[in-house]
Amino acid sequence: MDVLYFAWVRERIGQPKDRIETTAATVRDLVEELRAREPRYEAAFADLDALRVAVDQELADFDAPLAGAREVAFFPPMTGG
Amino acid sequence: MDVRVQEEAFDLGVETSAFAARQTGMGAVVTFTGIVRDIEAGLDVMQIEHYPGMTEKALAKIASEAKERWSLGDVLVIHRHGALKADDLIMMVATAAPHRVDAFEAAEFLMDYLKSRAPFWKKEVTGAGQDWVAAKDEDEDALSRWE
Repeated sequence: MDVLYFAWVRERIGQPKDRIETTAATVRDLVEELRAREPRYEAAFADLDALRVAVDQELADFDAPLAGAREVAFFPPMTGG
Repeated sequence: MDVRVQEEAFDLGVETSAFAARQTGMGAVVTFTGIVRDIEAGLDVMQIEHYPGMTEKALAKIASEAKERWSLGDVLVIHRHGALKADDLIMMVATAAPHRVDAFEAAEFLMDYLKSRAPFWKKEVTGAGQDWVAAKDEDEDALSRWE
C-alpha cells in the first residue's frame, strides 16, 4: 500500500511517501502502526483532529476500512481557492 | 465541463471570453477569480501544494454536483499550484446558465467547496520564515448552507 503525506504532515515525517505492507483493518489501525515506527511519525500523528485522510483519493474518516485500498493519504485541512 | 489544474499562469480575459463564446442559449456568465493577497510581513512566495490525481477528481466531482443542483450550461474551473507571488491569479471559476441566479449561486457553491474539499495547501514564505495557511472555521461553516 502507498501511504502519502502532504503539507506539514510531509514535512514532519520528512518524506512524501511510504510503501508499506500492512494488515491494518482501518485507517485508525494504520495510524497506530505508523506512530509506533519512529518519533517523527508520532509527531505527525499526535493530533488526529488536525488531520484529514483520503483512501484511494476519496475523503474518508479514520474508521474507514482499508480492505482492498491501494493508496492512503494524510494531510491537514485543505486550503484551496 | 472544463477542469484544469496547472502550474502555468492563465489569462482571465482570454479564458472568460472563450468560455462565454462557446455557450449557446445561456443568458448569464458569472466568473470568480482568486488572487494572491500580500500579507503584513511581506510575501515572498505563496507555495501551493496539491495531491495530483485526487485534485482533478475532487474538482470534477464538485463541478458535477453544481451541474446537478442548478440549471447550468457549463462550468470552468482553473486552479494553479507551485510558486506564486502577491497579486498573481491563483484560480478562477466560471458558470454559464440561462438565468443569473443559477450562475451566481453555482459559482458560490463551487468556491465554498473548493476551499475546503479540494486537496490544495498554501504556504506563505516571507523573509521571517514560512507558515502553512490554517483552514478557517468559517470556510467549513460556509458548507452548511448547501446541505
